[in-house]
Amino acid sequence: MNAMHLASIFFTMILVDNYVLVKFLGICPFLGVSKKLDSAVGMSLAVTFVMVLATAATWPIQMFLLTPASGAWDLGYLQTIVFILIIAILVQLLENILKKFIPALYKALGVYLPLITTNCTILGVTVLNIDNGYNFLESIVCAAGAGLGFLVAMVLFSGVRRKVEEAVTPKCFEGLPITLVAAAVTSLSFMGFGGIIESIFGA
Amino acid sequence: MSNKPSKLKILTNGILNENPVLRLVLGTCPTLATSTMASNGIGMGLAATFVLLCSNIVISALRKVIPDQVRIPCYITVIAGFVSVVQMLVKAFVPALDSALGVYLPLIVVNCIILGRAEMFASKNGVFDSALDGIGMGIGFTITLTLMGTIREILGSGTWMSGLDGLFPFLPDGFAIQVLPESIDPFTIMTSAPGGFFVFGVMMAAATWLTTRPKKEKTSAPAETAEGGNA
Repeated sequence: MNAMHLASIFFTMILVDNYVLVKFLGICPFLGVSKKLDSAVGMSLAVTFVMVLATAATWPIQMFLLTPASGAWDLGYLQTIVFILIIAILVQLLENILKKFIPALYKALGVYLPLITTNCTILGVTVLNIDNGYNFLESIVCAAGAGLGFLVAMVLFSGVRRKVEEAVTPKCFEGLPITLVAAAVTSLSFMGFGGIIESIFGA
Repeated sequence: MSNKPSKLKILTNGILNENPVLRLVLGTCPTLATSTMASNGIGMGLAATFVLLCSNIVISALRKVIPDQVRIPCYITVIAGFVSVVQMLVKAFVPALDSALGVYLPLIVVNCIILGRAEMFASKNGVFDSALDGIGMGIGFTITLTLMGTIREILGSGTWMSGLDGLFPFLPDGFAIQVLPESIDPFTIMTSAPGGFFVFGVMMAAATWLTTRPKKEKTSAPAETAEGGNA
């Protein structure tokens, strides 16, 4: 039952509550980096990795330092500052560690790392995990699902985009405007997933 | 931009020519997410304007003190401080807006308009100019959000400015202007995600058309700025 519950959170995050196409988080990298398939995959993997790490770091801090269950003190108003600083530090740390110990991975993901600090999906997923009252395991699963959902959206859209780029459009629609219209159609197709998770997992 | 732009030019720059959303393509996430209703657009725009103005002033005042290598963490800390202030104020005085904006209120921290203006303008210009730039960009952002919210709300639910009573307590409860007659079924897809992308695309095309119509050879400008945009 517990595994089913986790699986339901995981797939909901990928298909139904897709961060990019349904919740509008991380639109900038979605529009900026989805031109080529390999950079789309690289960016999404880096995002997924940082999301899981950031959730693993921020959840205990929120639960034990900012708003402890004992109610001894309430520093909840510091959440925004503390979380964004943790994410910034984490990204910097990750960049240094990868550079030093896993240069191959650094080469693949390195260029995307500085962009990730200001990627709203990361801060979004950490704050939403707290808002939804998830426990630690659920939060991690939710972060992984959100990251993979980002990957799915990026990969799908890089395909759509290649076709759109070849199309002849009115002059003022060239470039980004027509890309956004294409994103609307992609997002429309994700609306079809609504309710599917509930019926599969019975959650 | 020329070397000595006039004060008025700085202020009006953000409204059309360098409109943060439609021309610089910054801050797209809150634009799409909070423009389901015109009143949410106004609320989000004003909150972001406040943060933009305050952070521009502080960052430009500290621009000679902050070391170059650690400027981004410094900027983020300043911005996060002001966002927390806004969060507390909104929670205390306009709870309706707090529940309407939800997670997008703390996400003003990573709104790239604010960090972008800190990096591009406030770190290079004086306090007064930076304040003007903050106000101009904020107004441009608010106008765009309100306009987009208006289009989506009228097409998607047939009303205009519903929920404004949450922002301004002197309005009667349940305030809304019925624009489309009730006999016309609202086009609900407009208030959900696909409608957001679609309206945004069309508005961006309109802005491109408006700003590049007199001059030629500049149609590809927004696509290029999008490349540099992150977050």
